Amino acid sequence: MSLITAPNIADVDGFYARLLATHRGLTDAESAALNARLILILANHVGDATVLEQALALARDGAGKPA
Amino acid sequence: MPYDYKPYAYHRPPGLTAPEPRHKVAIVGAGPIGLAMALELAQHGVPSVIVDDNDVVSVGSRAICWSKRSLEILDRIGIGARCVEKGVTWKVGRTWHRDREVFTFDLLPEDGHKMPAFVNLQQYYVEEYLIEAAQANALIDLRFRNRVKAVEQAADHAVAVIETPDGDYRLEADWLIACDGARSPVRAMLGLDFDGELFEERFLIADIEMAADFPSERWFWFEPTFHPGQSALLHKQPDNIYRIDLQLGWNTDPEEERKPERVIPRIEKVVGHRDFRLDWVSVYTFQCRRLRNFVQGRVIFVGDSAHVVSPFGARGGNGGLGDVDALGWRLAGVVRGEAPEAALAAFDRERQFGADENILNSARSTRFMSPEDGVERLFRDAVLHLANRVDFARPMVNSGRLSRPCVYPLVAPDATGLPEVSRPGAVAPDAPLADGWLLERLGVGFTVLAIGCAAPEVPGARALALPVTPELAARYLGGAGAAVYLIRPDQVVAARWTACGVEEIAAALTASREGRT
Ligand SMILES: Cc1cc2nc3c(=O)[nH]c(=O)nc-3n(C[C@H](O)[C@H](O)[C@H](O)COP(=O)(O)OP(=O)(O)OC[C@H]3O[C@@H](n4cnc5c(N)ncnc54)[C@H](O)[C@@H]3O)c2cc1C
Repeated sequence: MSLITAPNIADVDGFYARLLATHRGLTDAESAALNARLILILANHVGDATVLEQALALARDGAGKPA
Repeated sequence: MPYDYKPYAYHRPPGLTAPEPRHKVAIVGAGPIGLAMALELAQHGVPSVIVDDNDVVSVGSRAICWSKRSLEILDRIGIGARCVEKGVTWKVGRTWHRDREVFTFDLLPEDGHKMPAFVNLQQYYVEEYLIEAAQANALIDLRFRNRVKAVEQAADHAVAVIETPDGDYRLEADWLIACDGARSPVRAMLGLDFDGELFEERFLIADIEMAADFPSERWFWFEPTFHPGQSALLHKQPDNIYRIDLQLGWNTDPEEERKPERVIPRIEKVVGHRDFRLDWVSVYTFQCRRLRNFVQGRVIFVGDSAHVVSPFGARGGNGGLGDVDALGWRLAGVVRGEAPEAALAAFDRERQFGADENILNSARSTRFMSPEDGVERLFRDAVLHLANRVDFARPMVNSGRLSRPCVYPLVAPDATGLPEVSRPGAVAPDAPLADGWLLERLGVGFTVLAIGCAAPEVPGARALALPVTPELAARYLGGAGAAVYLIRPDQVVAARWTACGVEEIAAALTASREGRT
């Protein structure tokens, strides 16, 4: 398996709005904690080590100094 | 009753009167690892002299959790049954976050092993039993109040300068094994240093005596209501002694925290009453570090002198016994002239691998317990939050991954279809036999174990043929009808086949003995 990078969410605008709505009313710290939980939940759903590794690399790409 | 530390007798060593003949093996340090080392060498017929600067067993609360593999090793050198009998047997660990249980583990879910998953037994008892066994062994010369103050290396031996109450003497040995602990003076004498990580964290460790009825389990709390924001660990030991570890944080004053007027109220909150006696208190910081190489010329580092870990995983003493296991038969082979010195390189390689696994696991647990501010804490707290709600997050809760023997990465013959648990590099799994246990039947040397077929006779190995039982089938055959295993003297599987000739087994044996696999 490899990471899906082509569009894969049917109603992408709807999802984006749901994501923001989920954070509504939270402080920055609470939002950060929510994001951390969300990452763990989604990562568990994916499960596949190769896909997760590719996702981590893609997320890191262009952020700060090389890891 | 607190433990009664009886000093062991000092005897004037012969080397003070006249130079002693060169010893085969000298061991510095009579902690659990040095003592087990001498007993293991004696099993292989190799005599040794052990020197220790002190004359009592380990003072205070240190190692308590002895793993199944350690118990198997201790059994081989004669004190396993005593440890199990005196100790508190356990296999279940429970973890709470605040007041909710978030994770439970069972370390030995299957029956049919002689030794339990873990036994809790104070280090001083283990040392007492080891000393008794060493003193009863004609091949072991154990010398208390003999402090090594200098070490010199020569091409084919090492020399220790030893200080005693009656003056100094020199002791020569073909091999010098440094089992002198985490602060190893021998390591410093050779100008060697540790590489690795120190943690900015402090733990208070207390032994208390109380009449209580806690189950024989390991209990761990993250952010308990009785110790807000920190973590805590409770272990049951023999003699109504309980061990409590309390995380203190880095910005605390160890001297202050050690004072009974501070310790007693803290413990009162853990156990819910004041009806206990404080037996021991100390404050620790932890490190996960090791020497780059354990074999340094004629000096070999074993145990805490070679590597140290934080204790949440019980990988210190148990890791050291793993070193003893891997070194004893090889050094015996070298001393007897049957194996080349390359065999010791194989010991070094394997135990670096073992130490790295212990360091990795211990460091990860320590980070989970004591995350740095920022993203580390963010994810740690996210895991704990989710573990209260969903199953998947529970195994992510890391309160310590308890010591298991590593599986060495051997390049050796293997047959497809045989079970994972007994693959080359793994410790041969125990199994019940009609008249005892499999591990008891393995020889001091190599064993050719044949299950469901005749055992080929191979020079230098003992042949052991066993009929198929359900446990042997599950652990050694999988779907196969029969299999032949070559098992090393340290009970590690060296190679295995479903069909093979004597030459292949002999070749695998030679490769293993010479340190080529
Ligand atoms: C709080 C705590 C909890 C722990 N819990 C566990 C656990 O549950 N399970 C586990 O497996 N491990 C545990 N450990 C680790 C365990 O205690 C050590 O790994 C173990 O003691 C190492 O044994 P050793 O023989 O290598 O060294 P030591 O026990 O340190 O023995 C070294 C010996 O060398 C002697 N010596 C030192 N210098 C000289 C010299 N110059 N000349 C002669 N002799 C000398 C010393 O007197 C001592 O007797 C714990 C450690 C701590 C601190």
